[in-house]
Amino acid sequence: MSFVEYSDLIQDGDVAIVYLGPESMMPVKVKQGAQTQTRYGVIRHSSDLIGRRYGSKVTCSKGGWVYVLHMTPELWTVNLPHRTQILYTTDIATITMMLELKPGAVVCESGTGSGSLSHAILRSIAPSGHLHTVEFHQQRAEKAEEEFKEHRVDRLVTVRNQDVCKDGFGVTGVADAVFLDIPSPWEAVRHAKAAMKRQGGRVCSFSPCIEQVQKTCEALVDQGFEELSTLEVLLRVHDVRTVYLPLPDFGPDETAPQTSVALKTTTLPREMPGHTGYLTFATKPRT
Amino acid sequence: MADNVDEDSPDRIKAGDYVVLKRGDIFKAVQIQPKKKAMFEKQWFLPDTAVGQLYGSTFDVAPGGILQPRKPKDTEGSTDANEAGTDNRHILDDGKSQKLTRDDIEILKGQGLKDQEIIQQLVDNSSTFRDKTKYAQDKYIKKKKKKYENTVTILRPSCRILAMMYHGREPGKICHMRYDMLAQMLTLANIHAGSKVLVFETCAGLVLGSVMERMGGYGSVIQMFPGGGPVRAGVESFGFPAHFHDTLHEFPICHVNALLAGTLDTACKDPPAASKPSVASAEEEQNPPTAEPTSCPEELKMEAEPTSCPEELKMEAEPTEPTSCPEELKMEAEPTEPTSCPEELKMESKSGAEKINDPEKEEREKRIEAKAQERKVKLEEKRKKLASAAALLEGRNADGLVIASRFHPCPVLLGLIQFLSPSRPFVVYSQYKEPLIECFTKLKERGGTVNLRLTDTWLRRYQVAEIPPISSSRNSLR
Repeated sequence: MSFVEYSDLIQDGDVAIVYLGPESMMPVKVKQGAQTQTRYGVIRHSSDLIGRRYGSKVTCSKGGWVYVLHMTPELWTVNLPHRTQILYTTDIATITMMLELKPGAVVCESGTGSGSLSHAILRSIAPSGHLHTVEFHQQRAEKAEEEFKEHRVDRLVTVRNQDVCKDGFGVTGVADAVFLDIPSPWEAVRHAKAAMKRQGGRVCSFSPCIEQVQKTCEALVDQGFEELSTLEVLLRVHDVRTVYLPLPDFGPDETAPQTSVALKTTTLPREMPGHTGYLTFATKPRT
Repeated sequence: MADNVDEDSPDRIKAGDYVVLKRGDIFKAVQIQPKKKAMFEKQWFLPDTAVGQLYGSTFDVAPGGILQPRKPKDTEGSTDANEAGTDNRHILDDGKSQKLTRDDIEILKGQGLKDQEIIQQLVDNSSTFRDKTKYAQDKYIKKKKKKYENTVTILRPSCRILAMMYHGREPGKICHMRYDMLAQMLTLANIHAGSKVLVFETCAGLVLGSVMERMGGYGSVIQMFPGGGPVRAGVESFGFPAHFHDTLHEFPICHVNALLAGTLDTACKDPPAASKPSVASAEEEQNPPTAEPTSCPEELKMEAEPTSCPEELKMEAEPTEPTSCPEELKMEAEPTEPTSCPEELKMESKSGAEKINDPEKEEREKRIEAKAQERKVKLEEKRKKLASAAALLEGRNADGLVIASRFHPCPVLLGLIQFLSPSRPFVVYSQYKEPLIECFTKLKERGGTVNLRLTDTWLRRYQVAEIPPISSSRNSLR
């Protein structure tokens, strides 16, 4: 298993996803001799997991069963332990395309946070790219480094514990893309510019508040960035279900046999999905 | 080219490159070809005049269609120092603010004034410009720019740019897939280097190209295609390096059932035509290709090719004028000139006692055989491609499946999902919701899939204004 490469069989040291039911999954670190408790019973790693095919049904001690799935950044995002508010797949997908991430890209990111976006970036730039990620909180920086190692992607990433607004990303002139998710991104814009390749590249700043966006746009324009674009992406989940519509009774009528009609349709959640943040993209021209 | 110490060389535009032209929010993909004109935003020009310049450069379109690099930062800055009003309470919208008439502007254009100069003239001759607020002034200039701008920026193609281009220019070709939707699909399908991805799309190759971009030339992509041949125009526009195409395979869906049943024979696929060239070709010539998109056994496909060459038909009808099809002659080993000296041929013919028709008939037969040989080679190539794609599919261990087409997604998905390994994602796009509801329901009934979700995305662009300065500008009361 790897976050950046598929494998077929579950192995010792893998991080897998145990699927218990809809909206019910948990990450599991596979280890010889270890056990995992679930509401369906115990899963014994050595006998039930190691050597089995990903996607298999695994029976637990109480008789119930679960599926074991291969890890993907998307599954990690909805199952990772939160140390900060994270970015979800909808925003991540937009960022990935708009920053033009692809194998070989060199990316700078701050803050690392819980590593949700980081893992998605690593997946997109592997095997030949590199991620420089900066986190000013020492424990979070250490935890992120640990996780990258555990997930076998550490060769693709460098974690730096510093303040990006003061000390930058720790590299200059190497990045194809820079991503900022910090409280005061306008203070880091000049560092973003310095970290980027001379030939140019793409930058993205994520901010929940429009006031932050305003200041960031001002800084981007000042620093010579072009093609500024601020947008928001929202995902609507359609709930597929069968509904029954009653038919009116206008009195005795041979041609109207039923009392109701079944309809396969979708319904939307009660409220629009919540606002996560504004995504501001820009292009650094050649300097 | 000669060895140049030009470290910028990889960033320079070269002849033959696939590029994207941009003006504002309008894009167009073209290939830079010598002397070839391009039409963009109601203007003709020659993209090859930009060869040697750097990607990302902006050009003025000079007379004759020549592209001239424009110095950066010629445009902005002119309004920053200008005075501006605080609001529009005293501005009258009577259509009389602009002193220049349309004729005046035409004269200026005729004098060869650049677009910024024309805009400056318009600003100077507007009686209300100074009274407008800063925002209104910016809006005015932006509007004039859109009208008078005469520039083109040349960009490297990318999934982002091409997706926006197709959505803006020809959404019908891509089943009206918005670029934010494509972004979601690529991520949710976990497209990454080193995997084996199946793609079924009728989006002019945009989806296929995007998948290939995210795979970076690693792993393999198998395009499942309906009908006679895979459509890939969009893939060209990405301008991938040649080795990317080594990872791209194709497989016609008309053979899917055979492959799944294990009855697909990719070994000997020689049609009767190869063994009896003269007979088969006679049949072919008499049967022009039928435009049947659904039937695609090799034989019919191959037959479609030679008959599309009208010269051949002409040849058969009038065997005494083979020069109407010079390609045929080139294929011959002998540099013959049959029509000019039939006597010579007579002399070279094997048996002097043969009738007068014989040399021509021999010529004809040789040509038929050469054509049959060519056909055989092409067939063999096709067979090899089919075999290699089949080999990749047989294991039923694909890592990803992406479907985005005008076809009903349900049968497509139920058919192709059989090639997917367990514990791998798949994504199906449809312009319409109902077929996806059907897919969802059928998959639930069939079992064997988890985390099924039917979603759509919405994208909204925001207009971000400059933070107004704390000290207000001059009072608009005059």
